[in-house]
Amino acid sequence: MTTAETTHDHHDEGSYLTPKYGVMGTIWDWMTTVDHKKIGVMYLFAVLFMFFLGGVAALAVRLELLEPVRVAADGTITGQLFGPANPESIATGNNIFNRLFTLHGAIMVFMFIIPSVPAALGNFFLPLMLGAKDVAFPRLNLFSWYIYVVGSLFGVFSIILGGVDTGWTFYTPYSTTTDADHWRVLLMVLAAFVLGFSSILTGLNFIVTTHKLRAPGMGWFDMPLFIWAIYATSIIQVLATPVIGITLLLLIFERLFKVGIFDPALGGDPVLYQHFFWFYSHPVVYVMILPGMGIISEILSVHARKHIFGYRAIAFSSLGIAAVSFIVWGHHMFTAMGELASTIFSALTFLVAIPTAIKMFNWIATLYKGSIAINTPMLYALSFLFLFSIGGLTGLPLGALATDLHLHDSYFVVAHFHYTMMGGTVIAFLGGIHHWWPKMFGRMYNERAGMIGCVLVFIGFNLTFMTQFFLGTQGMPRRYASYIDEFQTLHVLSTYGSWILLAGFLVHLFNFIHSLVAGPKAPPNPWGGLTLEWETESPPIEHNFHHEVLVQHGPYDFDTVVPPHCDEREFPLPETPASH
Amino acid sequence: MATIDAPNPDIQATGAQTHPLYWKNRGFAHHFRNADEQFDACKLGMWLFLSTEILLFAGIFCAYAIFRMLYPEAWAAGSHHLDWRFGGLNTVILLLSSWTVASGVRAAQLGNNAALIRNLVITLICAGLFVFIKLYFEYIPKLSAGKAPGTFFSYPYAHDPHEPLWWSIYYIGTGIHALHVLIGAGLLIWVLVRAIRYEAYGPTEYTMVENSALYWHLVDLIWIFLFPLLYLIH
Repeated sequence: MTTAETTHDHHDEGSYLTPKYGVMGTIWDWMTTVDHKKIGVMYLFAVLFMFFLGGVAALAVRLELLEPVRVAADGTITGQLFGPANPESIATGNNIFNRLFTLHGAIMVFMFIIPSVPAALGNFFLPLMLGAKDVAFPRLNLFSWYIYVVGSLFGVFSIILGGVDTGWTFYTPYSTTTDADHWRVLLMVLAAFVLGFSSILTGLNFIVTTHKLRAPGMGWFDMPLFIWAIYATSIIQVLATPVIGITLLLLIFERLFKVGIFDPALGGDPVLYQHFFWFYSHPVVYVMILPGMGIISEILSVHARKHIFGYRAIAFSSLGIAAVSFIVWGHHMFTAMGELASTIFSALTFLVAIPTAIKMFNWIATLYKGSIAINTPMLYALSFLFLFSIGGLTGLPLGALATDLHLHDSYFVVAHFHYTMMGGTVIAFLGGIHHWWPKMFGRMYNERAGMIGCVLVFIGFNLTFMTQFFLGTQGMPRRYASYIDEFQTLHVLSTYGSWILLAGFLVHLFNFIHSLVAGPKAPPNPWGGLTLEWETESPPIEHNFHHEVLVQHGPYDFDTVVPPHCDEREFPLPETPASH
Repeated sequence: MATIDAPNPDIQATGAQTHPLYWKNRGFAHHFRNADEQFDACKLGMWLFLSTEILLFAGIFCAYAIFRMLYPEAWAAGSHHLDWRFGGLNTVILLLSSWTVASGVRAAQLGNNAALIRNLVITLICAGLFVFIKLYFEYIPKLSAGKAPGTFFSYPYAHDPHEPLWWSIYYIGTGIHALHVLIGAGLLIWVLVRAIRYEAYGPTEYTMVENSALYWHLVDLIWIFLFPLLYLIH
């Protein structure tokens, strides 16, 4: 893809980051901006802050599990991190532990991982990759950011007021009976309800943008695969989120007015809540992973300098995953359903493996005979292939009825979804941030520090969660504050792993701060990418492109096109033209 | 930012109509290539939003179906307490209002501002009537007779122990629908004010009229499903 007149460089228009007013004026400018790039950056910082909060809770949970809680013969307690140290305090300590893992789950799911890639990177790059000046509804975009902030504040206030111990899924009757004298559970449920609107509006905006604002010459199959992934994600966001909206609204009515819909005493059905909840929340795990898969398609192709293998297969498998996601929710309730329904849901669940495996094989085929550059984004993409394969394959024993009866609600489940959510989405998100960092902020990061951080994250992650697979198969149940002595070695290893993870994230944090303060200026196209975002300045100018873009080649035509604006010291021109 | 409501360079207003919101003065946002593209985008966005509304109500319909299957006697007993005449009257009122709001869109497309205003006013009167009938003839007498949702249920002559659940579904379904009636009316008032004050809608600028009307049709459509499920079948 190339602009109509790339030789005309107008430098009169400043980058979107250039402050045009005083300090207060600049803050006001950002708070009222309708520029998708600024909104994307605001989302990025907001979700990273939430990741920090949820991460602290995760570290606290792991620290508590370093030692089992024991009461000695003389009454002294060992291994209890929270609460006063007397024998009556074990319940208090457990209560605090429950609130911490609920806090970790609710923050990470609703406030970090759902908006992470789509709202932060998607907002910034979807219009750029389409060659558009903005998303279709810029004011709606800003509005959805404010809804996100309001929802997150509700959640944070609920935590400050003492937190909730319902688990992030708000299952009834926990969510209708616990803390009955206080409104903090309501506040947390309301937070998830409000955040849903933000998610719907972002998805709606992206669908319309993709339909209406593609650059001239860009057909559906000329779109980068990141856009296909975001498009499939948006469909799920728009179609699934209203269902959680009504579910949480019913839950609020249940708590406030005792309407009885989920209360067996009045003839209601608590399992109905679970069906409603997972009708949203299962599709939503693909809201979490699909954008990550989109990032991986971009990174692998650009940094291996190879045309993506099986473009249409990857594009359609995104839509396939979105379609299948709506008919598998029942596998969260195998123990609460009849045999026939369980068998059908189990069979449907296996279907998810097909489009996912299609992507995986296509990515590996893309790497074959590519000129693979070993840098931070590529390391993250390779980590993704490894970790997400484990995460995906361990889903199969959970989807099969016989093995799931043994494994459900154990650490095996915890490890499985952390391998998909963290080993998948968070790893892809980090890879994406590194891949697009020069474009977003106009500065290069330190490659060596980035790679060290990636290796630390990879080792720490595997140490933390690989051990949990073994704990799960041995019978360690999830959500327990203590355990039998036999499990301690693996728990200790897991906690050590969480510290290595922390070290990896800190390396990245300092690397990013260093890059913003003292990083070398980034060229417009540091990686030699062919998608449209690399055709404008780094960071992009306020209206994205100097000229209306005209798409003249595909996003991955590395074998036929020399990338424009490319740093030629790193990517020398081919000496002889290729035979084809 | 300033370019989102950029004036239309092609059509210049003449005479007294110089307000930027007068329909001939309206342009399109800078990130669209032309006004048609903007109109199409807004309409697609609205249809997507309406699909989310349908899925929101789908949860209530689903709960209705499940509990109807579990407790058919309670459902039959509960629905006997509803007067089909009030429900039927409200159905007629909403259908009439759907017709007038569609006529309003037609009037805007033809540039007939007086007819647009007339149709919107009739639609809003219908909205008011609907809410009035719902509150004054249905909610208030029923609530004061103890036919309240869940644990607030205190009606002494109930036939079935699960009748409170019926009332929960009834109040949640019709209540959320009534909320949507009010939101739709709010949108139409917004359109009406701009039509009266600025003559804001005409053949090249009627997106807001059309989208508000679409929303109003959705409100009507959901009632078309609620009415027989709650009032007519036992």
